[in-house]
Amino acid sequence: MDSFIAVLTIFVLAMIVGFEVITKVPPILHTPLMSGSNAISGITIIGSIIAAGAKYTTLASVLGVIAVAFATINVVGGFLVTHRMLEMFQKPKSDQKEKKS
Amino acid sequence: MPQALVNIAYLISALLFVFAFKGLSHPRTAIRGNLLGALGMLIAIVVTLMDKSIVSYELIILGFIIGGVIGAVLAIKVQMTAMPQMVALFNGFGGGASTLVAALAFIEATQLNKTLGTQETVATVASGIIGAVTFWGSLVAFGKLEGIIEERPVRYKGDQIVKILFALSSIILGIYFGLERDISYYWYLVAASSVLGVLLTIPIGGADMPVVISLLNSYSGLAACATGFVLNNNVLIISGSLVGASGIILTNLMCKAMNRSLTNVLFGGFGEIVAGADEDKVYGGKVKSASPEEVAMLLENARRVVIVPGYGMAVSQAQFAIRDLMKVLESKGIEVEFAIHPVAGRMPGHMNVLLAEANIPYEKLKEMDEINPTFEQTDVSIVIGANDVVNPLARTDSNSPIAGMPILDVDKSKTVVVIKRSLAPGFAGIPNPLFAADNTLMLFGDAKKMVQELINALKES
Repeated sequence: MDSFIAVLTIFVLAMIVGFEVITKVPPILHTPLMSGSNAISGITIIGSIIAAGAKYTTLASVLGVIAVAFATINVVGGFLVTHRMLEMFQKPKSDQKEKKS
Repeated sequence: MPQALVNIAYLISALLFVFAFKGLSHPRTAIRGNLLGALGMLIAIVVTLMDKSIVSYELIILGFIIGGVIGAVLAIKVQMTAMPQMVALFNGFGGGASTLVAALAFIEATQLNKTLGTQETVATVASGIIGAVTFWGSLVAFGKLEGIIEERPVRYKGDQIVKILFALSSIILGIYFGLERDISYYWYLVAASSVLGVLLTIPIGGADMPVVISLLNSYSGLAACATGFVLNNNVLIISGSLVGASGIILTNLMCKAMNRSLTNVLFGGFGEIVAGADEDKVYGGKVKSASPEEVAMLLENARRVVIVPGYGMAVSQAQFAIRDLMKVLESKGIEVEFAIHPVAGRMPGHMNVLLAEANIPYEKLKEMDEINPTFEQTDVSIVIGANDVVNPLARTDSNSPIAGMPILDVDKSKTVVVIKRSLAPGFAGIPNPLFAADNTLMLFGDAKKMVQELINALKES
């Protein structure tokens, strides 16, 4: 029971920190906020790494690989795409993207 | 590595995630924030790789390669206009991973002859349900945004009851799983929740996507959080709750921007009725169509112009043409600003990303509350591919489906120019009296083409 209370405490406090910090994100950055938070939710990768490496059963290994792959897509894709978007919000640099249209 | 050191490393990761979100509070610090988040993730991964229960690395590396290549290719290749479906897809994978990790934790416990406590069992069930709903819900959202699945709401008689049945059976299967400690019940509940995820998202139409994507975003965080309760892992719980909070905040903002409750968005059946009856009454003989040359003359004499982009801008990829229009107008000494409605587009902040892609400085992108008082001093408002978010019925007609929805007050500017392909109704399915107003000129045509013609006309004069 004690350990449950301990993790519950962390959960509640983290939620509060989340609300405080994230309400300060301006609407123009809401899309990067979504993709960035998405990448962070890929933290399940650490659970999947252990499962894929421990080789308990064949089924567990297969599922482990899938889980690692899923979470890696989330992490790599999420941070990269966020970076791409945020770069566009930097001060315009001599209209380098002119040709793209 | 001793467990204490591992936990300290996880604590550092969690802190870096908090700083990542903090960095996002301003465009100047946002890049650094995102990099801090990535660093936090790297630390967590490296530390985990040193875990003593890992006996071989081949499978982990295989997963890294598959996921890394897919993720990187998707992230680098994706067009900015396709960003909503990309975010939806990534979301889904996060949810899917959580479901699998919870299952794996149970298999591990069985192998090591450990019995899971109540907390772990309940959390496993929660991971299974939330994760599966997130995965399938996100795939359906992706399909809708990509145009693979019908974008308009799909409804049938008794659909709410079917949804409730699937939700209940997921929970009942979860109870069985807890009592029997048999992994097959877990897979049954994942199957039931998968159907639930599809059923929950299928009935939701295109313009409600900002709410759905935000909600799925929060689910993917909560799924990670539940997995944290399974593994008793603090960094999972902290990051999961940060993401969950972020999604909840966005969902709330999006609902407020439409003056609708979350229940109404999820179950309300908005946008299924296409009203056509009173169109003639609203538009009959009152709509004035203009040519690009006429609008250009109008712009020549303006001092302040506000551009209002909507989903139509994204569809016709008009953001670069709009940037050029802004440049031409500014070279003539005209002040140009952009008015961004919170739910314009298909996800929160959609319009801002597209305009930033076209190198339009973010200082010019104004939020609704900030720009609304300035419309009275605006000579010309140009509405490009937006409809419901500028419909004055929201203010005047309490019976309208969009009654009370905060709108951009473009009708208060001296002249309104609406670039639109036809008078077809927007997502709400109602006519827009703005198009027939005395001070409104319609410029019928594709957004990109019309903006380019405007630029040509401006350059010639």
